[in-house]
Amino acid sequence: MAFPERARVQEIARGMWITFRSMFEKPVTIQYPEQKRPVRTRFRGRHVLNRYENGLEKCIGCSLCEAACPANAIFVEAAENTDEARYSPGERYAKTYEINMLRCIYCGYCADACPTQAITLEDNYELSYTDRRDAIYTKEMLLVPVPTDGLPTPQVTEPGKFTRAIPEMEDPAS
Amino acid sequence: MGTAQFIEWTIKSVVIFLAGAGGFAYLTLMERRVLARIQTRIGPNRAGPAGLLQPIADGIKLIFKEELIPDRADKVMFVLAPIVTVFPAMVIWAVIPWGTSVTVFGYEIKLYLADVDAGVLYLTAVASIAVYGIVLSGWASNNKYALLGGLRSSAQMISYEIAMGLSLVVPIMLAGSMSLVDIVEAQSDWWYAIKNPIAFIIFLIAALAEVNRAPFDMPEAEQELVAGYHSEYSGMKFALFFMAEYIKMIAVSAMAATLFLGGYKLPFVEIPSFLEPLVMLAKVIVLLFGMIWVRATLPRFRYDRLMAFGWKVLLPLALFSVFITAVIMVIW
Repeated sequence: MAFPERARVQEIARGMWITFRSMFEKPVTIQYPEQKRPVRTRFRGRHVLNRYENGLEKCIGCSLCEAACPANAIFVEAAENTDEARYSPGERYAKTYEINMLRCIYCGYCADACPTQAITLEDNYELSYTDRRDAIYTKEMLLVPVPTDGLPTPQVTEPGKFTRAIPEMEDPAS
Repeated sequence: MGTAQFIEWTIKSVVIFLAGAGGFAYLTLMERRVLARIQTRIGPNRAGPAGLLQPIADGIKLIFKEELIPDRADKVMFVLAPIVTVFPAMVIWAVIPWGTSVTVFGYEIKLYLADVDAGVLYLTAVASIAVYGIVLSGWASNNKYALLGGLRSSAQMISYEIAMGLSLVVPIMLAGSMSLVDIVEAQSDWWYAIKNPIAFIIFLIAALAEVNRAPFDMPEAEQELVAGYHSEYSGMKFALFFMAEYIKMIAVSAMAATLFLGGYKLPFVEIPSFLEPLVMLAKVIVLLFGMIWVRATLPRFRYDRLMAFGWKVLLPLALFSVFITAVIMVIW
């Protein structure tokens, strides 16, 4: 380390000027929780049980999601639909539907397995609880609110109208 | 030495101690925020408005930490080492003048604790004592890496003290006195940093190395030496080492401001005596900002290059600057 230091002094000065200039750039910090980053498309957050537009739940209680879940986080109990108290189109509905958020790994296999697209993973990632029992999300916590055109479940329907679990599709390609 | 004198000394000592501790705390916050802004991010701003309670939160955290003493460590030395390191850092403040004097209730109080006739000698002597604490901590940890860190650090500090001492000879020659108050008073026209910029720059570089600060912080490099000489320290003892480093940083900035930047005076301008401490404070803050800026920019020196730089470059330059100053003083 002899006197080629002469050239290095200029480089040090240039470097220090660059760092000084960077003090006046806008910081890239996102101040959570006042500012939040928007989630990306297909982000896998908290599960949601969807409904059709008439208010009936999409979930038919088939337990395919329970079977697909690699972490055994889902628990489903099915029951028969009657026309006086109808929860979903078709024969069955999920009487009990619980997801243990502590076991869930947010992989999305349940959404892939669901035949009616009843369970999907949406944007909510702010899930914290202080008691382990609060981590078990029940059906009431997971169901979406009733859409504006629909009625809340259980509904009273006319017999013979909702016999298929999966509704008729006009164009199977869509 | 009457009672009034004794009380005055006691009060000044307490004020120095509190100012040192408070200054250290808020220097850590200033460093974190300035480093963050240089790296285009925001520093700590959650604890209290704009993060102002962050140092208090850090202090409370360190108090609550578990204090470990390694099994076969030398217990007495282990506990003594941080104290020996902090003590000189605090004691340097006794001779730094913050103004001429203020008159309060009819008493004239001088704004320095002691005007030692050999003030500069006192500064270099106290700075050398700090090396003991580091060697002690490295040895007492009973840890090979800590020992190596301690040895490296002490060798570095001793080497750069020579260049620092030589650069301090220049203000002594220019002012004709070793007393710090005399040196400040002699800078009423041009600051010594303008009269001899080489000595000023050598002092700044040597001071950075003396304080073990980047880019000369190999002994405490987290990545290389697992925190070096204070790797076995936790809790309050670690806080004392931390404190020692930052207080030494402020002390060395104050030394540079006093000896080279005119201390509490502005060049050619008379200022009222209550503004003098503010002028000094402004200079110290600018120098501290410079130290933080250098830390953010430069990579660490490798240890052998660091030693080569100190002995082969800084020492001859310092001798040269003393020689040039002497020649010019004789000619003019």
